[in-house]
Amino acid sequence: MKNLIDDGRPIFVQIAERIEDDIIEGGLPEEAQVPSTNQFAAFYKINPATAAKGVNLLVDEGILYKKRGIGMFVAEGARVKVIEKRKELFFEQYVITMIREAEKLGITTNQLTDMIQRGDNKR
Amino acid sequence: MKNVIEVTQLNKSYGKFNAIHDTSFTMQANKIYGLLGRNGAGKTTLMKMITAQIFPTSGDLKVFGDNPYENANILSKICFIKESQKYPDHYSILDVLEVSKSIFPNWDVNFSRLLIEDFKLPLKRKIKKLSRGMLSAVGIVIGLASRAPLTIFDEPYLGLDAVSRGLFYDRLMEDYVEHPRTVILSTHLIDEVSNLLEHILVIDNGKLILDQDAEELRGKAFTVTGQTSKVEAFLIGKETVYREPFGGLLSATVMCSQHGTDQKQAAASGLEISPVSLQQLIVHLTSGKSEQKGAIAE
Repeated sequence: MKNLIDDGRPIFVQIAERIEDDIIEGGLPEEAQVPSTNQFAAFYKINPATAAKGVNLLVDEGILYKKRGIGMFVAEGARVKVIEKRKELFFEQYVITMIREAEKLGITTNQLTDMIQRGDNKR
Repeated sequence: MKNVIEVTQLNKSYGKFNAIHDTSFTMQANKIYGLLGRNGAGKTTLMKMITAQIFPTSGDLKVFGDNPYENANILSKICFIKESQKYPDHYSILDVLEVSKSIFPNWDVNFSRLLIEDFKLPLKRKIKKLSRGMLSAVGIVIGLASRAPLTIFDEPYLGLDAVSRGLFYDRLMEDYVEHPRTVILSTHLIDEVSNLLEHILVIDNGKLILDQDAEELRGKAFTVTGQTSKVEAFLIGKETVYREPFGGLLSATVMCSQHGTDQKQAAASGLEISPVSLQQLIVHLTSGKSEQKGAIAE
């Protein structure tokens, strides 16, 4: 199991990412109930207020919604929304970083495309 | 939200030595606070004032809205577990639990028994026959089972192994979720407790140097490494808490003003970025500050 929570980044952001991952991978389909903040707190050994902050982040983005007195649920269309958001992040985190490193090593854009092709064939 | 503790311009001096210097802060109900700092920074002095064991030299201190000194109503709401807590030698663990039950109005007998089993404590053994770790475990059991509205743990785990410490954190969080209360954890083991904390206070040389939400603090600092000139250019106008040159390279820890944008700027100028844990950040903050102060004092 990979390290649940890494230090150095706000934990509530990581909690939100965990929930998003679950939504993308289908563990939490639309209209499914999300674990309560207390359950998150107990499982990840974090402060419940922090867990609540992570959940609320997704509520603000319309990915989760609250049913009063019952709990948090995955909103309709949440998966598409999360994937769109992640694609943006993917560009920032991976593509830009890769291009920068390639530049440093003197790899041309053509060579880079070839490498991606080669990597794809190897799968 | 209600303030459990209100401290205004508090001072405590011993002769010429200022143990606590002009400190003001508030603590809100039902949050878990971390009181962090180096040895001799003034953490215990502060906690002793909050629990009415010593008097402030000057300043105002309110606990549950009132002065705690000889105030039975307030003191019954506080449980303070000290580092190397003392209990009467001839008492058995069971005796200590019985006395605790009569002191703390919220004492939960069942919970105390569960904790005794968790920590594998021999109920009938006399206090003087217990190991250092067992004594610490007794303190932890009392601190948790007291369910005091203000529970303070001051380095509660002298001699306690990693498994028992983990058990302490687990039980604390489980019970806190069910029975929210104000908890102050004072410790050097910042990495172990940082995820549990909601708010962090850092004391250095008797002064409060940090009073901040734990989540805001996390990810606020990061380290950049790269060619000295590039790093220096990046550092202009930023709050640098630590710098370490290495050959032609410079590694510097900065507090970012806006999360994300500073990192992007660093990445764009080809600097390597690495995260800074709360423990590292606090080490940087407290060691750097004291060096500077020493230099000024000279």
